Amino acid sequence: MLQNIIDVRNLSKSFDISSKEPGIKGTIKHFFRRQTKSLKVIKDISFEIKEGEIVGFLGANGAGKTTILKMLCGLIYPSEGSILVSGYLPFRRKENFLKNITLIMGQKQQLIWDLPPIESFYLNASIYDLDKFEAKKRIKKLSEMLEIDEELFLPVRKLSLGQRMKSELLAALIHEPNILFLDEPTLGLDINAQRNLREFLQKYNKETNATICLTSHYMKDITSLCKRVICVHEGTISYDGKLDLLLKKLSPVKEVLIVCRSEEDAIKLENSGFNVKNKIKNEITIKIENNSITSSLKTILNNFDIEDLFINEPPIDEVIGKVLIKKNYDI
Amino acid sequence: MLEYRVEIALWAISGIIPFFMLNIWTNNNLNESINISDILLSRYFLCAFFVRQFSVVWVVFSFEEDSLMGKVSPYLIQPLNPFFRYFAQHLAEQITRFPFALIIAFFFFIFNPESIWIPKLGILILSIVSTFLSFLIQFLIQSIVACLCFWTEKASSIERLLFIPTLFLSGLLAPVVSFPSYVKSWIYLTPFPYLIDFPANLLSGNETNIRGGLSMQILWIFLLFPLFKKIWSEGTKKYTAMGS
Repeated sequence: MLQNIIDVRNLSKSFDISSKEPGIKGTIKHFFRRQTKSLKVIKDISFEIKEGEIVGFLGANGAGKTTILKMLCGLIYPSEGSILVSGYLPFRRKENFLKNITLIMGQKQQLIWDLPPIESFYLNASIYDLDKFEAKKRIKKLSEMLEIDEELFLPVRKLSLGQRMKSELLAALIHEPNILFLDEPTLGLDINAQRNLREFLQKYNKETNATICLTSHYMKDITSLCKRVICVHEGTISYDGKLDLLLKKLSPVKEVLIVCRSEEDAIKLENSGFNVKNKIKNEITIKIENNSITSSLKTILNNFDIEDLFINEPPIDEVIGKVLIKKNYDI
Repeated sequence: MLEYRVEIALWAISGIIPFFMLNIWTNNNLNESINISDILLSRYFLCAFFVRQFSVVWVVFSFEEDSLMGKVSPYLIQPLNPFFRYFAQHLAEQITRFPFALIIAFFFFIFNPESIWIPKLGILILSIVSTFLSFLIQFLIQSIVACLCFWTEKASSIERLLFIPTLFLSGLLAPVVSFPSYVKSWIYLTPFPYLIDFPANLLSGNETNIRGGLSMQILWIFLLFPLFKKIWSEGTKKYTAMGS
């Protein structure tokens, strides 16, 4: 039985925020009588994550996903509740805890801008107490996995975003952490670079059994990497469970486009009791519930002269979009 | 910074305030009022230039920018205090500045050949130690101020307030010996005269209390370091990781 590596209980986080009215009057008022209010961005959330799991945090902008990740990795101090990551209280930032984790933020870099990435790798290696031989071995292994080579010797400022992101990953993984916190790691990358990064993360998870907590606005990242998702809505968890269950619940029907041999067949099919969405000449689109898709298709293929058929999944972004605006999902 | 050679040269030249001050002092015969000869005064300001070159600190500005832009976040989750990075950066730049400082000293001696002197080896070593201690004091003061970013976001404004006593009381504009004696006794209780005045006097061969000066430098480091640790530990609890 897999152990919980992350245990979060009744976690809350508040920030003190001061607001200012526009214009000179607002500025003077702000100077003499600053209005500060406490904003609770995370509200009493609890969850566990098991060793080796890849969990996606979903939510609209400002929902609190990144704040949760920042608290999990010890970057910010929780206001209430408890967090245990790998047996440590993250905000204490003990050396052994820090050697076990990494945080990668899309577009935020730790590489030294004017130097080639290789210099940052060796610097990180010494920060994590790796000797030169071990560091060399790990750089070689990770650079092969990430398919980067010559870029390691060019100044960071000369690299493309994709090359830089790969180098960032290498710098963040040189100490072989077993917990990865990834905050929108594919932000701004082109489609191929996104795919390469996803493949790398899958491979890394498989080879090292690392736990990965991921936030992303690209649904492809979530669907191809995460079996489990935690949906965050206005600082609370609106859903925590399997991604496929959520998708089934949110989109209980599939649309099937059927191309009949003749228009007569299409008319016959239209009148045979199926839920028809539309019909154009010999092409007819029907909606079938997920749990009866096999039997319904068998009936159609046995009773009608069918030239071709296409099963369309509803667009994932559309489906997940529903989650982001709803407070609770009981599945 | 080390990648930009012209910038380093310009920076080394930008630290020549002590030479302007020397000019003002000697042209107005101000040294007569404090019983220091022209030669000793010119040596003092040359040494002040050297001490300044190897003790100047800008960590508050680097940390403030990194903190506001969210660049500190990845450093905070590494098993090394981020201030070590800034410390290493300062040391690296001091080494880079060394040849330029030597060139400036060379030209200084061409125009002031009577000021040429060779300090004794022991004094030279003590001066290097004292300059490094001066750098440590300034680094700790600025690091403490930089940590105020966790509360105020614009800690460099507070540093500007500290810059005024640093400028006047450190010996950069005038040797501390030139102040009235009742003011001097107060000045020597602050860390400022140990930043430039003490190491510069030591290196230039002016009369100075070596044991007292070094002790005060060490004392200030022992006072400032725990204060920095405390403010750092409290500050990181306030960190909101803005910009990231």
